[in-house]
Amino acid sequence: MNLWRDIKGTLQPFWVTLGYLFKKPVTIQYPEEKRTPPPRYRARIVLTCNPDGSERCVACQLCSAACPVNCISMQAAEAADGRRYAAWFRINFSRCIFCGLCTEACPTMAIQTTPDYEICNRDVLKLVHEKEDLLIDGCGKDTEYNFYEHSGIGVVNERGGNEDEYGPVDPKSLLP
Amino acid sequence: MNDLLISLVLILVKLGLILGVVLTMAAYLVLAERKILGRMQLRYGPNRIGPGGMMQPLCDVIKLLTKEDFVPDRADKWIFLFAPGLTALAALLSFAVVPFSPPVTLFGREIPMVVCDLNIGLLYIFGLSSLAVYGVVLGGWASNSKYSLLGALRGLAQLVSYELALGLALVPVVMSAKSFSLNAIVMAQADWPNLLRHPLAFIIFMISITAESKRTPFDMPEAENEIVAGYHTEYSGMRFGLFFVGEYINLVVIGAMTTVFFLGGWHGPFLPPVVWFILKVLFVAFLFIWARGSMPRPRYDQLMHFGWKVLIPLALLNVVLSGAISLAVNS
Repeated sequence: MNLWRDIKGTLQPFWVTLGYLFKKPVTIQYPEEKRTPPPRYRARIVLTCNPDGSERCVACQLCSAACPVNCISMQAAEAADGRRYAAWFRINFSRCIFCGLCTEACPTMAIQTTPDYEICNRDVLKLVHEKEDLLIDGCGKDTEYNFYEHSGIGVVNERGGNEDEYGPVDPKSLLP
Repeated sequence: MNDLLISLVLILVKLGLILGVVLTMAAYLVLAERKILGRMQLRYGPNRIGPGGMMQPLCDVIKLLTKEDFVPDRADKWIFLFAPGLTALAALLSFAVVPFSPPVTLFGREIPMVVCDLNIGLLYIFGLSSLAVYGVVLGGWASNSKYSLLGALRGLAQLVSYELALGLALVPVVMSAKSFSLNAIVMAQADWPNLLRHPLAFIIFMISITAESKRTPFDMPEAENEIVAGYHTEYSGMRFGLFFVGEYINLVVIGAMTTVFFLGGWHGPFLPPVVWFILKVLFVAFLFIWARGSMPRPRYDQLMHFGWKVLIPLALLNVVLSGAISLAVNS
């Protein structure tokens, strides 16, 4: 009978809400309690270094090109050994949307996101991070990877001089 | 002459006391409602200002007072400015006839613990609750906004249709007390609260008083997901605050009315009568907050249907039944 169903449907919610009244709230009281985000959380962006301590960034502009809000800018320069680096590197965090596309574009794993989400500031200019603010000592998520050990033709090592490479093929020896 | 002066001072003291207590209760009911609703939804509710959020009402008042008092273009200015006060005033005035304790003897003088023990107290409360509709209707009309007008129309229709059931639900109470005076009604419940004597009347009363006070689940006049905020859409600052505070004073008044009519007023063991009265009022207020956390809002036509086709016949039946039973018991 519908009447019985209606009465039950009217009284049951009261029982449910009373039950919830005595449960512990799920709220995290932010300034006092802080959530630990997962390691792959996309928050503050950093520039990481190689395991040997040299900078990973080769100023290829790929992150800057991938960035949908154009918040990354840099100036490329070349060291004496022919290795490229960023003369200056700037991320405007007031514009950044933390999409992580820059980290996907980066061929050298230099630019990475970290779980540090507390970067808000009252002064908007303090949100513009320069290279020295961005650069960290560690390797970030991949502690092994070193771009110039696998690629970077003839810049640091001779052509084919890397461990997992063989030398240039002599095209004449391949003739039938 | 001296006697008159003392009576006057006593009345003023009682008025001040009631005003202070009711306004404080209304302010803290807002906080209590927000906290209880929060806990029902697994949140904390306001807990930042003062210990446990206890200073929140004060901050709300400061916020409302410092906001702009805005009158919409082409609104009916004077009625617009006057309407919120009417709602709050009608709610406050209802408290004049509510007895909150048996008479106290002080310096050999018997002081009734009620501002004015009218012999038609019940009718007085009904009159004032009907008057409160004017605040809603005039506010909604004067705002010059379609949402306000819709809210006002809904409020009017709803209040008129539920007042009938409300009045009929109280007829058995009056029959068993043989008086319209609230004091006599409480006195008649010395051994049995009316809740046990007239359970059906209690249920009808609670449903129609919810509709009368425009609280969830019957908050159609201010249904925020259909008509923005209903009759107080255009109000800002302390004028909105008056509507808001009027609603919570109304909650206290409803708690007092339910206590007086059905829960036996100040009667209760062990504790002093005033404490019993306040505890019962708070309990009824909790019931209303609980209902707000539990119930969805019905459709408008369902509300009207329920009022006219279910509650009023049921209330009439209840009047006949209670009359017959009390006649059978007494003879």
